[in-house]
Amino acid sequence: MAEKSGADILVDALCDLGVEVVFGYPGGAVLPIYDALFRSKRIKHVLVRHEQAATHAAEGYARSTGKCGVVLVTSGPGATNAVTGITDALMDSIPMLVITGQVPTALIGSDAFQEADTVGITRHCSKHNYLVKDPAKLGGIIHEAFHIATSGRPGPVVVDIPKDVQIATAAYTKPGPIQHKTYRPQIKADRALIERAVDLLAAAERPIFYTGGGIINSGPAASQVLRELARITGAPVTSTLMGLGAFPASSDQWLGMLGMHGTYEANFAMNEADLVICLGARFDDRVTGRLDAFSPNSVKIHVDIDRSSINKTVRVDLPIVADVGHAMEDMVKIWKSRQHPKPDLTDWWQRISGWRAKKSLAFTDLPSDIMPQRAIKALWEATHAKAPIITTEVGQHQMWAAQHFDFEAPNKWLTSGGLGTMGYGLPAAIGAQMGNPKALVIDIAGEASIQMNIQELGTATQYRLPVKIFILNNQYMGMVRQWQELTYSSRYSESYSDSLPDFVKLGEAYGWKGIRIENMGQLEGGIAEMLAYDGPVIVDCMVSQTANCFPMIPSGAAHTDMILQGEEVSGEMDDAAKALV
Amino acid sequence: MHIKQEAAQRHTLAIMVDNEPGILARIAGLFTARGYNIESLTVSDVTADKAVSRITIVTSASDHVMEQVLAQLDRLIPVHSVTDLTALGPHVERELALVKVKGTGDHRIEALRLADVYRARVVDATTSSFVFEVTGGPDKIDTFITLMREVGLIEVARTGIVAMARGLEPA
Repeated sequence: MAEKSGADILVDALCDLGVEVVFGYPGGAVLPIYDALFRSKRIKHVLVRHEQAATHAAEGYARSTGKCGVVLVTSGPGATNAVTGITDALMDSIPMLVITGQVPTALIGSDAFQEADTVGITRHCSKHNYLVKDPAKLGGIIHEAFHIATSGRPGPVVVDIPKDVQIATAAYTKPGPIQHKTYRPQIKADRALIERAVDLLAAAERPIFYTGGGIINSGPAASQVLRELARITGAPVTSTLMGLGAFPASSDQWLGMLGMHGTYEANFAMNEADLVICLGARFDDRVTGRLDAFSPNSVKIHVDIDRSSINKTVRVDLPIVADVGHAMEDMVKIWKSRQHPKPDLTDWWQRISGWRAKKSLAFTDLPSDIMPQRAIKALWEATHAKAPIITTEVGQHQMWAAQHFDFEAPNKWLTSGGLGTMGYGLPAAIGAQMGNPKALVIDIAGEASIQMNIQELGTATQYRLPVKIFILNNQYMGMVRQWQELTYSSRYSESYSDSLPDFVKLGEAYGWKGIRIENMGQLEGGIAEMLAYDGPVIVDCMVSQTANCFPMIPSGAAHTDMILQGEEVSGEMDDAAKALV
Repeated sequence: MHIKQEAAQRHTLAIMVDNEPGILARIAGLFTARGYNIESLTVSDVTADKAVSRITIVTSASDHVMEQVLAQLDRLIPVHSVTDLTALGPHVERELALVKVKGTGDHRIEALRLADVYRARVVDATTSSFVFEVTGGPDKIDTFITLMREVGLIEVARTGIVAMARGLEPA
């Protein structure tokens, strides 16, 4: 068989895996691969302006399409710049293949120019990683890496390829289906456990579904099965930040998000439930609050594809290791085959109605200044019929978007949940737009976060991607300021945004349309103008500077210790409270 | 404010892994990254084709953390199996130590006498020193080293613990 260079093997393997888009940035140690890409013309390459953005763009592409995101960066700084996005993908379980260039094998360990120990650095922030020293093994490793990234609990896999391995030649044939000798994720649940789960569901008086990103990762079919499971059982549904969209916000059974900035009804229902069915979520500290007060009287079922997620923080009564989509499908089948009637949950729903009546997401409009919540609602009003894809940065605007932008379908909500990476939203929007050319993609941003990857304005311009950035500009790192207000007697240490650029002019400098919205009178018109423009738009929406994000469960507090309004808090917290994040 | 520590029990783990570069860093790094501790660690390939290594780790953790340690190890791609020998039941633990001792006059005779009691073998001798090889459970080795300290201990090298379940079945 004719031999090919490692670089050509890589491109062939990616094509065989169905990869259409690669997000990357060239450099010395990946020149052979860039030349192979240039010659093959089969893969679209998106040139970002910073390697971190390549990783977030790949995440945005992956989350919005369900496909694997692929990243290509050079050695040394190329790889280290990618580390934040690799960690982000690990925390949020996003399938991603990261190809990094490396100095030639003979130079490894010699502190060569642009050398970094990439496999060492990424060992604990990737699902798995490889250093390829033999071109004959490269094709197989790429296929195996792709399999590991996309199966089980998805995650980022890094393949580090020394430059000489890219140039040396070997044979390549497309391998058959991967049968890994040790890595075999459990997809189907043990039937006895599903039977037991159905028993518990049928007998529960106060059940609640607590759903997470696992349902989105399982694929769109899982969201449909969740709807069916909720319909036949009549139980209320709440979700983590990562799971928004798996269950339609317009449903009567939807309680809104739970956790630190979740709704009153979601958190109280969790607290008072007699059965919690956790579906593809991981009892994150942002969800549970104080562990010993978390849903204290419930029996807990936990469906997760990752065994290490089970009993990590919260002890559960019925652990089920499986793909959550399959597990739910089995539950529905068994429920129907037993011809269970829909349980009478009238009393439970009556109590939930009482909590709903608190209207925990309510806010008071101001005469002229725009409340940030109002801006999100106006954006939703103007766009929801178009089923937009929403990305966010991290902070108050992210929580307001989660609270006030109602999602009806999965893969429409892309946000950095686990790692909480400021600067995520713009590159993620670029990736999402690449994967969904016809979709309306909006990055809901803050004026501080957007500056962390602002250079990506150029990427959107270059590829004529009509992404929209909607900045809620309160001239503060709002979430930091909010915490300082709550825990440090409003000593605003370094949490203000000084010397801000003129975002309108900045956008224009990159070839974007810029719009400024300064008061309530301009809000609807400004959004309409943004939507009417056939190209990228940056909107600088000035909002109330002092608005805070409520409701809020202070870190380490019980769900029942929820703060509904800012007036309920003042002063300084004790050291134990300050130590929590 | 004071930081609380959880009560911990000692566990001996047998971990079968692919014998590949970086595997030890992957395992050891998992322990540091997640705040677990390692009291002893040994590793060597154990199959005819040298493809699989057996790692023995002694750690201490509460029951709850132990469950996580096992699940997290099991999640690593190159890990074939993880066995908690302590939880499994009766098992044998052995360690080897080389112990260099100053030996002249009365001390020399005392060192040899003690070595005999502890079934330590002399693997090197000069007119003024011995190197003993001693194997056994970690307690026996600890005691032998304590005694040698009084006689004239110069240096110690220990392998760390290897362990195996009793009976026919492999771990």
